[in-house]
Amino acid sequence: MSPKQKKTLYRIITAGIIYGIILVWSHMDSYADLIEGRWFEPVVFLVPFLLAGYDIVLKAIKNICHGQVFDENFLMLVAGIGAYGIQEYSEAVAVILFYQVGELFQSYAVGKSRKSIADMMDICPEYANIESEDGSTEEVDPDDVEIGSTIVIKPGERVPIDCVILTGDSYLDTSALTGESVPRRAAAGDEIYSGSVNGNGLLRCRTTKAYEDSTVSKILELVENASSRKSKHENFIHRFAKYYTPIVTIGAVLLAIVPSLITGDWAEWIRRACTFLVISCPCALVISVPMGFFSGIGAASSIGVLVKGSNHLEAVAGVKTVCFDKTGTLTKGEFKVNGIYPFGCSEQELLKLAAVAEKNSTHPVAKAICDAADTSCSESREMTYAFNVESRDGKGSKEGKEVSENEKISISEYTEIPGQGVLVNVGGETVLAGNDKLMNAYGIEFKPVSELGTVVYVAKNGKYQGAIVISDSIKAESIDALVNLKSTGVNKCVLLTGDKKNQAEAVVDELSKDIKKKHPGFVGKLIDEIESELYPQDKVACVEKYIGELNGNGKVAFAGDGINDSPVLTRADIGIAMGSLGSDAAIEAADVVIMDDNPAKISAVMKIASKTLRIVKENIVFALSVKFLVLILGALGFASMWAAVFADVGVAILAILNSMRALKVD
Amino acid sequence: MKKKFKLQDLDCANCAQKMEDAIKKIDGVTDASVSFMTQKMSIDADDERFEAIMDEVVKVCKKVEPDCVILR
Repeated sequence: MSPKQKKTLYRIITAGIIYGIILVWSHMDSYADLIEGRWFEPVVFLVPFLLAGYDIVLKAIKNICHGQVFDENFLMLVAGIGAYGIQEYSEAVAVILFYQVGELFQSYAVGKSRKSIADMMDICPEYANIESEDGSTEEVDPDDVEIGSTIVIKPGERVPIDCVILTGDSYLDTSALTGESVPRRAAAGDEIYSGSVNGNGLLRCRTTKAYEDSTVSKILELVENASSRKSKHENFIHRFAKYYTPIVTIGAVLLAIVPSLITGDWAEWIRRACTFLVISCPCALVISVPMGFFSGIGAASSIGVLVKGSNHLEAVAGVKTVCFDKTGTLTKGEFKVNGIYPFGCSEQELLKLAAVAEKNSTHPVAKAICDAADTSCSESREMTYAFNVESRDGKGSKEGKEVSENEKISISEYTEIPGQGVLVNVGGETVLAGNDKLMNAYGIEFKPVSELGTVVYVAKNGKYQGAIVISDSIKAESIDALVNLKSTGVNKCVLLTGDKKNQAEAVVDELSKDIKKKHPGFVGKLIDEIESELYPQDKVACVEKYIGELNGNGKVAFAGDGINDSPVLTRADIGIAMGSLGSDAAIEAADVVIMDDNPAKISAVMKIASKTLRIVKENIVFALSVKFLVLILGALGFASMWAAVFADVGVAILAILNSMRALKVD
Repeated sequence: MKKKFKLQDLDCANCAQKMEDAIKKIDGVTDASVSFMTQKMSIDADDERFEAIMDEVVKVCKKVEPDCVILR
């Protein structure tokens, strides 16, 4: 409790005790004697009334001077004075007292939930250890660290600013950023993001960004701004609150005057009007609805998903169609050599030959071949080294010489044939590496490989040497992701890709292959439709087609890795960017950002969104029905002012407690 | 120019809403939001007149919720 809340608590307790004493006393004879004097009772009850509610009186006076007629303090005060006027002194004190208790509870509950949300997002580094030239370190505010400074991150400390490791290696806990609990290994040369926590290694790093541009600041800014993008429910409550108080207040005035003029029973109707005034604050709704959304956004961020606004969280709950980009979303997006089929030479020779040919190309396929050749080379080098140590004879040096000769290979001619492959001249030998078209163009007899993926055929001096297959592999989480989506209410999953149809189909087959084994209960298709050979603008058209198909009965989400996908991310009802840690462009374009690249988080955030929405609806229905019920009962004379106090602050507290549930991830 | 301010003793959600509405009506303010949950206020207003607008904002907020202090 804050000091302010404590003060209020003591005041309420004291007022409560005095009130109790007076109540007990009022049953004694001595009191009955004193009550003869008409002034006595109101004055006695005024003590606890003012003690409990003097701040309400002061605020009411201040606000009425500012022209705030429909201020809750003022209305409470009027209700209190009204009760006093009809000589319900005891009830007047009780109402003020319980109103204050309720308000205190409410502010305590809000403070608690605010703190738990803040703790959840407590990824803010407090300091950075900056290293000066003489090697000494100094603790400074992360804001003051310039780009390119050297900082030291000790074991257990939070990475303050995005940086590159200079020396040291460690495991980093990125759970605060990605929700991923398995620590990531990081060594010299790796880029690390602010907000992650260093394991047990000492790291010296060079900062690559200023603090305000670092990942952690970006995330915090995003989450804080999220509450300003209001959902439909919040806007409804906002409009409702504007009219509710004036209408109820006017209702109270009419209730006090009109029936009284007819029946002449002023005291009864004023009492009923006072119950109206007590219920006139829309607080329960105004607090609990935004709080529900805020908690939902907090829950999503705890699993590493950033939702950029309450409106987006609301929309996520209604997603019926999900379009997936293929590469990097459902597949790993890493091209790897998955098959080597030599023809009259060894696997390694074939790979080396292809690597030499493709060395100068920037194509992802070429890179995959060179990477594979590098690993196989270094493996053979290690083998040579082991051999050297063991035998200690001349053979080892001979092998070593060969390696160095290899590195000196000179390429005298290099031609890239677009859409086919490359032609190079290496040490007098002509090497061709490319697809079937290239082989046909040069009249080389080759054995076609039917395996899916990109096939690179290699020929030397007009003679076929073999083929290398490069392909992307699916993510292990993709199957679960799709199954979960279907069970969370998504009707249709679509694969959108720029690749050829058979490639896209191969991915879908691969996904569906083990489905019976992993999810025996699953019925239906994982991917309902495939749209292939799309250019970025075609993807937009596709998404528009699906939006039209749903015709407003549900939302269309697009999930992609954020690269080249900005137009479609923007066009979809919900743009989901994946694997976005450190990618500003994707964070900018998307509505929902998944920090790691796990597609299973889409259904997880949908679940959070549905739960949040359910809680918000519960609160709206609950608060409104209790208020209207008490208003009607109050007008009919069945509800006391006590019931009215419950309908005001009691409902608010219950709604706040309910909103807190949105913070928990199931 | 968009700027953020911390708010102290913002105790009532309805007041936050009223403050937001009142600030939005000030001349020169493009957009404003008062978050009861984060106890923060962000104001997007004309560059040249920002300080003058802020004085106005403080005045307006005092009217709605006298207890609440804007930390500038």
